[in-house]
Amino acid sequence: MFEKALSGTKTYFSWIIFLLIFIGIGFACYLYQYNEGLGITGMSRDVSWGFYIAQFTFLVGVAASAVMLVLPYYLHDVKVFGKITILGEFLAIASVVMCILFVTVDVGYPNRLLNIILYPTPNSILFWDFLVLNIYLLLNLLIGWNVLAAERKAVAPPQWVKPLIYLSIPWAISIHTVTAFLYAGMPSRHFWLTAIMAVRFLGSAFAAGPAFLILLALLVKRLSTFDAGQEAINKLRNIVTYAILASIFFVLLELFTAFYSNIPGHKHAFQYLFFGLEGHNKYVAWTWISVVAGCLSALILLLPLARKSNAWLVAACIGVFGSLWIEKGLTLVVTGFMPSPLEHITEYAPTLPEIFIALGVWATGFLVLTLLYKIAISVKLDPNSASIH
Amino acid sequence: MGINRREFLRIAGIASLWGLGGQAAFEILKPGAIEAQARAPLSQGKKWSMVIDTRKFKTPEDFQRCIDACNKTHNVPKVANVRQEIKWIWTEKYENAFPDDQNQFLPESMAHKSFLVLCNHCTDPPCVRVCPTQATFKRPDGIVMMDYHRCIGCRFCMAGCPYGARSFNWRDPRKFLKEPTNPEYPTRSKGVVEKCNFCEERIAKGLYPACAEASNGAMTFGDLDNPNSEVRKLLKENYSIRRKPSLGTQPNVYFLV
Repeated sequence: MFEKALSGTKTYFSWIIFLLIFIGIGFACYLYQYNEGLGITGMSRDVSWGFYIAQFTFLVGVAASAVMLVLPYYLHDVKVFGKITILGEFLAIASVVMCILFVTVDVGYPNRLLNIILYPTPNSILFWDFLVLNIYLLLNLLIGWNVLAAERKAVAPPQWVKPLIYLSIPWAISIHTVTAFLYAGMPSRHFWLTAIMAVRFLGSAFAAGPAFLILLALLVKRLSTFDAGQEAINKLRNIVTYAILASIFFVLLELFTAFYSNIPGHKHAFQYLFFGLEGHNKYVAWTWISVVAGCLSALILLLPLARKSNAWLVAACIGVFGSLWIEKGLTLVVTGFMPSPLEHITEYAPTLPEIFIALGVWATGFLVLTLLYKIAISVKLDPNSASIH
Repeated sequence: MGINRREFLRIAGIASLWGLGGQAAFEILKPGAIEAQARAPLSQGKKWSMVIDTRKFKTPEDFQRCIDACNKTHNVPKVANVRQEIKWIWTEKYENAFPDDQNQFLPESMAHKSFLVLCNHCTDPPCVRVCPTQATFKRPDGIVMMDYHRCIGCRFCMAGCPYGARSFNWRDPRKFLKEPTNPEYPTRSKGVVEKCNFCEERIAKGLYPACAEASNGAMTFGDLDNPNSEVRKLLKENYSIRRKPSLGTQPNVYFLV
């Protein structure tokens, strides 16, 4: 089936070349980082995780969100998702690939990365995260590819795929839960030390991922003759609506606990985010953009606007995705380090090479996504492969 | 009570030196050397710990002597960019070392005082719990160790340590070393985490940690499991505090205030 990715329009190849340029720049910057060390990033003794780990955290959510299609389709027989479930699974593959790359570029000794499996350490959440992410990647590759191959031949997918599909549902939940546990179990990091971290993660993931899928589906409809169907888009929209509302509610819960309890350590991080702390305010503007975009998008989704016109829906989806990218891909990780355990405030901003490496990884993810979508859509549009859906 | 054992040994040591070489011996031996000599060499310990008598640190030099001794012993690089520094033992103000123990009416002497801080070699260390490769581990005698060759540089331990006791080699540390380096201890490479190791390499030889030796008796090292150890005696006779005790990590560095 892969040959389907090798033919396409001029626009398709221009896009591929555009991505390859970014991958090239990112790779060159990575070689520089590999030689010089992570000292070329904006990270420091006090803020020891930065942009890379934040992207990783956000993208685990996007990967997990595929379950929002798989679960209704396979457990509740929501037939309209039949056409696009594969798009969700392939988005998950691209996201997990980015996650793994982001972890790889973040470690100080990448050639020792296999130590994680050579010396399995059950007490470390990172070990479990490594495990669940890789298995999730494998699950989606197996499921996605086999279901699509079956569709091409107009036969039912092999029997052994079914249990894997059911397994992939709790597995998706597990990848984001385990990722939340990376943060939620650290002593003296008040901002992260919260029992609702995992559900907060799931809430925001189930909003950001499906919002991105809506955008992708509408884009695919514009670029090809493949139409996901308005009904499927509408169902996804409902998922985004409830998930973004839940996500906002969870943040409010955090604010209540921090400010009603009045415990300084619990308040500091939120003060840093919303107002700045002791004159340090690098993320205040970002936070408010995220808050306003998130709330406005939720409002658009709640009012009949987004139901009447897809233009409003697109705006809301961009708002949701952007808002949650700021929250998880930018501020959540950094704020955990504010202030440091010794009550110092060291601010963090990614450096240019750091941003280019991150862009390179994103471009790689988009390349994987483009190739997979190209294959999936070519199969679905091929008149010789009778669709079973 | 009369004089204690330490005092006795000290006097005995001084007396014997006088007997051996008179004043000349004092000129040869540096201050503090007498005290080090007077201590019994370390034997096997079950739970190593440090007691820092903060009352005995008077001038900035008192701190610097200990810090320099450590840095020299362990080839700790002097990184120009303070944001990416390597610190094994350093000073912090009271409010930073003990942020949970704030009081508006702290005695002036305390509020502006510096405190030596280092890895606490916790009994229940969060850094060991989070490490995905067992590069950081706790020895049976309580020392929390780093295996520089096992570390993948994920920096999870830095996020996990509630005391900021860990440093990451953001760049090649060998570029920041002053020659000559101490050949008895390895230099590190970029991309790994490092921290205070309680001078385990010195303890193995029966020597006291470098900082304690340089402290003129202000830092005491010994076995918490031995009821007759110096550290136990000090903790019995003095009021001591530990950093962030509410976290349950059970630090093994005690501060006499």
